[in-house]
Amino acid sequence: MSLASPPKTLTVALIGNPNTGKSTLFSALAGVRQRVGNYPGVTVEKKLGTAEFHGQAFTIVDLPGTYSLSPRSPDEMVAVDVLLARQVDAPPINVVLCIVDASNLERNFYLVSQVLELGLPTVVAVNMMDVAKTKGHQIDLKKLAERLSLRCVAVQANKGVGIAELKHAIVEAASEPENQQRAPWKSPFPAEFIAEVENLHAKVSGNGEAEMPRYLVERLLLDTSGYLAQAGLKGIDERFLSEVREARSRLATAGLPVPAVESNARYGWATQTLDGVVTRPTQRPRTLSDRIDSWLTHRVFGTLVFLAVMLVMFQAVFFVAGPASAVIDWLNGILADLVTSVIPEGALRSLLTTGVIGGVGGVLVFLPQIFTLFFFIAVLEDCGYMARAAYLMDKLMSRIGLSGKSFIPLLSSFACAVPGIMATRVIENWRDRLATILVAPLMSCSARLPVYTLLIGAFVPNLVWQLGWLEIPWLQGLVMFAMYAVGTVAGIGMAFVLKRTLLRGPTPPFVMELPSYKMPGARIVLMRMLEQGWAFVYRAGTLILCVSIVVWGLCYWPRDERLIDPALLARHAELLKESGGRNQESVEALERIENKIAGQYLETSYLGRMGKLIEPAVKPLGWDWRLGCAAIASFPAREVIVATLGVIYNLGEEQDETSVDLRERLQAATWDGTDRKVFNLPVALSVMVFFALCAQCASTLAVIRRETGGWGWPAFTFAYMTALAYVGAWVTYQVGIRLIS
Amino acid sequence: MTLAQLPVGASAKVAGIEGTDELACRLMEMGLTPGVELRVVGTAPLGDPLELEVRGYRLSLRKSEAQRVELHSPNGK
Repeated sequence: MSLASPPKTLTVALIGNPNTGKSTLFSALAGVRQRVGNYPGVTVEKKLGTAEFHGQAFTIVDLPGTYSLSPRSPDEMVAVDVLLARQVDAPPINVVLCIVDASNLERNFYLVSQVLELGLPTVVAVNMMDVAKTKGHQIDLKKLAERLSLRCVAVQANKGVGIAELKHAIVEAASEPENQQRAPWKSPFPAEFIAEVENLHAKVSGNGEAEMPRYLVERLLLDTSGYLAQAGLKGIDERFLSEVREARSRLATAGLPVPAVESNARYGWATQTLDGVVTRPTQRPRTLSDRIDSWLTHRVFGTLVFLAVMLVMFQAVFFVAGPASAVIDWLNGILADLVTSVIPEGALRSLLTTGVIGGVGGVLVFLPQIFTLFFFIAVLEDCGYMARAAYLMDKLMSRIGLSGKSFIPLLSSFACAVPGIMATRVIENWRDRLATILVAPLMSCSARLPVYTLLIGAFVPNLVWQLGWLEIPWLQGLVMFAMYAVGTVAGIGMAFVLKRTLLRGPTPPFVMELPSYKMPGARIVLMRMLEQGWAFVYRAGTLILCVSIVVWGLCYWPRDERLIDPALLARHAELLKESGGRNQESVEALERIENKIAGQYLETSYLGRMGKLIEPAVKPLGWDWRLGCAAIASFPAREVIVATLGVIYNLGEEQDETSVDLRERLQAATWDGTDRKVFNLPVALSVMVFFALCAQCASTLAVIRRETGGWGWPAFTFAYMTALAYVGAWVTYQVGIRLIS
Repeated sequence: MTLAQLPVGASAKVAGIEGTDELACRLMEMGLTPGVELRVVGTAPLGDPLELEVRGYRLSLRKSEAQRVELHSPNGK
């Protein structure tokens, strides 16, 4: 029957080595129609795109970039499971699209040989023909296609060249009837090895369990790292594993030791297949990329360029934070005014102006920083410098048990931990990645600056060093530096401890490709920025909004008028009545009273009660209940402390860190019912140390949850940082108070 | 001798990889198989890791990892 069947969606899996332009090809094929999610149960990113070629609808699955289909990590396991149609939540694959780097075919063909073994219709996209040309390689694609009996298409993914031909090849490969497919794949392995695999495959199928693909049996035989044996595959028991070990020892005596037999066979096949297809010049020409590399990895010059690049990146993220929060504040102000003009005074107005608008602002304020950082990261990655940065910093980072790949995420965290944590995705090893995520929030981010600025300005004497006619203030700057040092040292120490305790394990291989340099593509950079920004808003935003509403509620309720000093209320009513409030004096008097009332409302709110409840706990840090309140209210975002202190000290919310009123009020504050001053230098330092070390940032915790796939690690981060902050603040205060008395 | 001992600028052929762990598998997958020629291009400013050229591309690995790569003695050196 040849009745036209309704066109059903076919699935294409895109696979390839890292640095082959895989993401560029993915976006060239799928455009903006992408969905990003996670595979169930693992924190491996699942990226799907949809496209229509020649009237046929396709779903494109972008698999994690990999050098080999040998599962030794969750990423690689997912790639294999998707291709073998064993992954729940992923459709069976109709066509495999394998992208290879033309300038580096030999190594890329290792993966191709594994893909071909799966027996799925396959199309090879040969990317970066221009780079191959500059290296003097000549590639005969027609010959290659004949040898492989596959469709091989030359593409320039970044310029959109060859995409139409590629789509055509995919449609053809998909519509090829199964019985007409090319000659069966000839395994590159020696006969003895193939026989052992067949034998084991027969045995595991005899176990009566679900069919185990031949490819996985082969992998079990080859995987000497033990990952696959412990991956909980069905039908794999101790008896079978001992047979695997016996097979290995038989192969070893036959001169085919596992795992070397695989690389020998596959690279042998690659060399043979490419012989006569790729013609290389006998003398390898020195390319531009080589010359750039010799400068950029140069002992002196390379280090200088690295420092300059990092400085520019860091400064950009850091400085975008200022104007961004100013714009957000301005928008918040407009919106709040709008709400105020429409909605009468009461809980709803306060919820909208403080809880909702403030919460949304708290999410949006991170976007410019995420965009900026990922602009740099995407450019650095796409041009090939990222790998060099890891190469240059590896020795230093390995001293604390991490690798060079942790450097950029940690450096970015000095501007803001949120994009910093998102940037840890470049670290393949899970333990290293987790250690980096867990210490990133200890780096002093830009949101801590207002706290430092306020308290240093108010309590650290501005000692000046007289150098002839030159006056150099030094103490305030030194304290600021010390705060940055406290976080950094704590972070280094924590990483060191974590890698020796909770996250102990064998040192992961550093072995890393240093790709050729190339011009970064505008499209891929833009996509990367948008992707990260959207991921943050979508996955972390809702949570941040919730937390900000909860804290608003704690500050607002029970709002019992009976708890407010009646004299104040009476005076307020009186002032309201007599003022048409025309003159300056009465407006100011009214404002003062209103601020005082707001302060009393906060004092009697649930938050105020919590502050008084925890006063015994924060007293050893030198704090009164007001500071306890401010610390709790700062949980969603630490910079909130400045506004909270403003309300508590009856100055209204609109205070910033440079406000002279707030400084003076803090200097004058006394313990309730006494005239003993709350603040002195040790107290101010203790507050700063607390804020330097504490995880007062709902966004950071939400991002950690997203990146680690559960609440466990954010809870751990919160707990250890709070403990660290408490102990740090306690030591600072206790030592400080003894030094000054 | 091992790759860790090969001076910057020198070339040699791989004899084999020691061990069967994850690192050994990774080194082989990246193309360090018996008979392949490699060259040490340089080292990072702090002396480690190394930068190699092998099979027409650049690869970096730590000295501790390079110790696992057995080399044939370079000819004529």
